[in-house]
Amino acid sequence: MTPKLPGVRISDDALALACGADSVAGEFARLGCTVERVSSWGMHWLEPLVEIDGIGWGPVTVGDVASILKPSPLHGTGVEEKCIGSIAAHPFIEGQQRLTFARAGKTRPLSLGDYAATGGWVGLDRALALPPEQVCAEVTASGLRGRGGAGFPAGIKWQTVHTAPGSKKYIVCNADEGDSGTFADRMLMEGDPFALLEGMAIAAHAVGARQGYIYIRSEYPHAVAKLRAAIDLAAAKLAPFVCEVRIGAGAYVCGEETSLLNGLEGKRGEVRAKPPLPAIEGLFGCPTVVNNVLTLAAVPHILADGGSAEYGALGFARSKGTMPIQIAGNVKHGGLYETAFGVTLRELVYAIGGGTASGRPVKAVQVGGPLGAYLHPDQFDIAFDYEAYTAADALIGHGGIVVFDDTADMGRMARFAMEFCAAESCGKCTPCRIGAVRGVELIDRIRGGGRPVDAVEALPQMHNAAQHGRGKAEEIALLEDLCETMKFGSLCALGGFTPYPVLSALRQWPEDFAA
Amino acid sequence: MTAPKEKGARLAEICAEHGAFEGPLLPILHAVQAEFGCVDAEAERGIAKALNLSRAEVHGVVSFYHDFRAEPDPRPVVQLCRAEACQARGVEALVGAAEAAAGERVRLATVYCLGLCSVGPSARLGDTLHARLDEAALIALVRSA
Repeated sequence: MTPKLPGVRISDDALALACGADSVAGEFARLGCTVERVSSWGMHWLEPLVEIDGIGWGPVTVGDVASILKPSPLHGTGVEEKCIGSIAAHPFIEGQQRLTFARAGKTRPLSLGDYAATGGWVGLDRALALPPEQVCAEVTASGLRGRGGAGFPAGIKWQTVHTAPGSKKYIVCNADEGDSGTFADRMLMEGDPFALLEGMAIAAHAVGARQGYIYIRSEYPHAVAKLRAAIDLAAAKLAPFVCEVRIGAGAYVCGEETSLLNGLEGKRGEVRAKPPLPAIEGLFGCPTVVNNVLTLAAVPHILADGGSAEYGALGFARSKGTMPIQIAGNVKHGGLYETAFGVTLRELVYAIGGGTASGRPVKAVQVGGPLGAYLHPDQFDIAFDYEAYTAADALIGHGGIVVFDDTADMGRMARFAMEFCAAESCGKCTPCRIGAVRGVELIDRIRGGGRPVDAVEALPQMHNAAQHGRGKAEEIALLEDLCETMKFGSLCALGGFTPYPVLSALRQWPEDFAA
Repeated sequence: MTAPKEKGARLAEICAEHGAFEGPLLPILHAVQAEFGCVDAEAERGIAKALNLSRAEVHGVVSFYHDFRAEPDPRPVVQLCRAEACQARGVEALVGAAEAAAGERVRLATVYCLGLCSVGPSARLGDTLHARLDEAALIALVRSA
């Protein structure tokens, strides 16, 4: 009699697939195992991660499969070293406080049964039994702030939409996660799509909306497919709320809420000047809640019995609850780490992330996406908290951290920030559209040691112009001035925050701006 | 393959299929590009007519978004992520070799973030994602395109 083969759990998250999860799953199936495709635990350095009876192996290759199923009494297959023991007891998992990602690694993303068995729909059922005002009040009381970057209190936004006049209102989920170093939205949409839909349905009840849109970037085809399937499966539960997925078309600026609304309306994704706030005049001129994926996905837990008090008790100062932090870049143990606010960068980079993947010293960490500041190791003790980061001239944005080792050229990274802003500017406001182009030129000149008198200045009719070129110090002063103009003169965060990476790099690694 | 004379009819069909959508232009443009490989002047005119917009308005939208193209390019596309997280993991050192492998046959495009920031450098070919690329793996990916 052949022994019964174990059931195997492997993620079908896009990152696991990119690391070869399908071929590993196929090999287990070929050998006769039952393979369940679950969401990712978020331990990305171990993907594809194979789980059998709670025990994990990773990263697993097709060649490891036979030895996992039939451990050799002789050492040397290498698979023993890939065994991490109990996944739930792994320090990376055990150290977290998972609320938004409570189901990560545990459920099949599109199983309504798994969702209901793990507390799904409890928040929605309770919310539907409450008057809308009380739903808004509970979200306000929890202290939940927008997880997309701006950190605006979600309950107050909902209350505004609730009280705004208008017969038609919308819920828009901003799933245009374009920041480098962030993937929490993607993981949530692929791993726990019903949680997002439940959050949107709660918001719809709270403000009196019937229609919702999820605007997902075209770079995330797997998330689109999962959410469309989830919407079909959950349609009866969500009714009368109706939800639709819309795909972006490759425009970073559409992560900005007013650009996103223009995109949804079928217009150029240019930002709109505020006011009017989208809560008053949003999609098609109607009152609209625009919230990020993680904000909406945090709501079901808050609305479940006692959830808002539990949520509000977590965290640090005015940053309440938990933050899914994305550890990325040149780091040994990259992945998703959800914890209450207040953790330091030092813990995240060294204790949790294990230092650099290259084994070289850490030079800089960019926090908050391409518009976030580069932090120097001297600043690693700042607590992860909206206000503390603002005080340090930095931002936590969407909670992504990207680690760089000492081979990084910070002058080049500063130039890249300006280049990125120039490429992605929507063009509506001058500081961003022109400032970013000039910023690239300025950084090139700074790194070139200044600039000589140019041909135009040398023309005889330009006799009134200064004819001495500019030294490096003058060019740096000009860059600082330009950054000031962009920071305070731009219509949205793209132009307004690009100075963060540029100036932080300039101030802390001036040697990288040498000629 | 749709014959040229049918293009206008097919365009009208695509527009009609999306008629019930609120703000249907982006979904229509995606559908048109999927069908014809690009959104050219003829498509812009057809869409403008169907949605009662000026062609300038449609062109303004087409030219705004990086995903839409005015001319078809039948070559396979490898999108290589060159955003900060992949840069931190050394993608820039691979670009030259990837360009050489791509030559004229493959279009090597830059994408800013595929959401695989902890396992870069990463790339996308069709809807298949590839992570932890080194030079050999990236060259093999480009050649397989």
